[in-house]
Amino acid sequence: MTPLYALSGTGFSYGSSRVLSSVSLEMSLGSLVALTGPNGAGKSTLLGIMAGLRQPYEGSCLFRGREVSAWKRAPFARSVSFVPQSLRLEFPFTAEQVVFMGRTPYAGGLFESPDDIAAARRAMDLTDVAAFAHRDFRSLSGGERQRVVLASALAQQPEVLLLDEPTTFLDLEHQLSIYKLLRRLANEGLLVVSVTHDLNLAAAFSDRVIALKAGRVEADASPSDALSPASIRRIFAVDAEWLPRSSGKGWIAYGE
Amino acid sequence: MANEPSATQANGAGLARRLAVTLGVSGVILAAVLVLAPLVGSTRISLPAALAGQWPDAQIFYGVRWPRTILAALAGGALAISGALFQALLRDALATPYTLGVSSGASLGAVLAISFRWSSVAGVPAVWVSALIGAMLTLALVAGVAAEGRRMSSFTLLLAGVTINSIVMSIIMVLHNLASVGQSFAIVHWLMGGIEPLPATVLAMVAAVILPVSAVICWKAREWNLMAVGEEWASARGASPRRLMILGYVAGSVLTATVTSITGPIGFVGLIVPHALRLKTGADHRLLMPASFLAGAAFLVLCDTAARTLMSVEIPVSVVTALVGGPFFIALLRSRRKSLWL
Repeated sequence: MTPLYALSGTGFSYGSSRVLSSVSLEMSLGSLVALTGPNGAGKSTLLGIMAGLRQPYEGSCLFRGREVSAWKRAPFARSVSFVPQSLRLEFPFTAEQVVFMGRTPYAGGLFESPDDIAAARRAMDLTDVAAFAHRDFRSLSGGERQRVVLASALAQQPEVLLLDEPTTFLDLEHQLSIYKLLRRLANEGLLVVSVTHDLNLAAAFSDRVIALKAGRVEADASPSDALSPASIRRIFAVDAEWLPRSSGKGWIAYGE
Repeated sequence: MANEPSATQANGAGLARRLAVTLGVSGVILAAVLVLAPLVGSTRISLPAALAGQWPDAQIFYGVRWPRTILAALAGGALAISGALFQALLRDALATPYTLGVSSGASLGAVLAISFRWSSVAGVPAVWVSALIGAMLTLALVAGVAAEGRRMSSFTLLLAGVTINSIVMSIIMVLHNLASVGQSFAIVHWLMGGIEPLPATVLAMVAAVILPVSAVICWKAREWNLMAVGEEWASARGASPRRLMILGYVAGSVLTATVTSITGPIGFVGLIVPHALRLKTGADHRLLMPASFLAGAAFLVLCDTAARTLMSVEIPVSVVTALVGGPFFIALLRSRRKSLWL
């Protein structure tokens, strides 16, 4: 069986500065992958290549056996959706209108079909945004905005959800609720790839941790192996240890 | 759930209904303005007499005021819809149809024609032809400067537009400085912008450009929604930002250049009409684009009617759009959405 994503020798440069070099890995449906690493390691660039937003890239990045750069935009967007780190709007779109934009890859005309409305409403239910659906997006809090953007991505009914630090601006409760939702989506069969700096969220929710350093894959394993104290020291150059919690699960503590 | 009825109001079939209502209301207003505005003026005329073909009512109605009214409507509609389009493409609420240099390019063309006393090209006034060529060349130059390899972003476009605008404006200043008194008067008169009656054939040509291009802009409204959020956002939702950028740039520029080469620059319409409508209809371009065209048309006809009737001498229509539109717009913005000024 061909994997959903197959990257081999994938690299990327902005002008003369090379941010990603010879990344080779595969990803399949039904898993939650945490993508981590120090600042400037190339995490967002790798995610952008997989989302079809960073081109031209070097090497090969196959989605369903076909080069990402060779996909037509609309069918690709029906399979792969992307959640940016934050979204600033210049115009008074309501939260609901932002969610409905996720249906554009399915557009058959000027207006939404009943299918579009059903999909958007389901996405809004999953992310719990119905309460402020009719408010101006710009008047929402950072956490509310992030959930609206996630709802817009889910309205695309994708099989792959790519998220760039989705919980950076969220409070603790919403960080957990977003990751619970991502976990649930992965269990339902989606491939979810999330860039994160929060090693504990990665450890608690993901099936697999990929750590980049200076544009190369430094670790690619289960959370407990990829985030072992030795591995964390190698990747982030800090001391860390796993502490037992009363629940029996581990917790990563770092620093002195 | 409480949100269900309203959820379908803003999208899908509910949106189609709102669009029909919006178009109906603004269409009726525009139709009323188009019929009533020609009756007002230095000579009062009556509609029944004009329709019955009586002299002089019919001659004034059909020969002078009606063509002028139609030109004002076409120009107002085109400027308003291209204002809305450039605001979406550049993600800049302060963008106007002139932000990227159309008006300075057209002005340079017109000023050259006036300075070198070109009178007509193939029966058409040379000022129009020269202004159109000037606008197109400036736009091509802006696009050329803005393109980075195969890419063209809204940021580079804005930067190139503003820069080239200033360069072209200073060339106009030089030419103006060198001009004779008579030419100088003609230059200033052109730069103030104004609506004049056109022969029916020219009017038909203008309409044949403006109406189809505006229809295409309305048809692409869902894509403008995406572009108004961001290029990456549009790309991740199946659109091609580069193609949309080029399409929008060309469509908006063709509209603006066509209008401006005939009327000269008329400010404010492209800025305030889309803004005022956004307060009413929201940001969805499926409503905003057609409503902008109809409301912009009605607005400029009213302003032009005021320009030719308020004083014993005619005042430039761009003065009226600014004097009437400006304060109205400020009042509108302040009364609504105090928390979200721009």
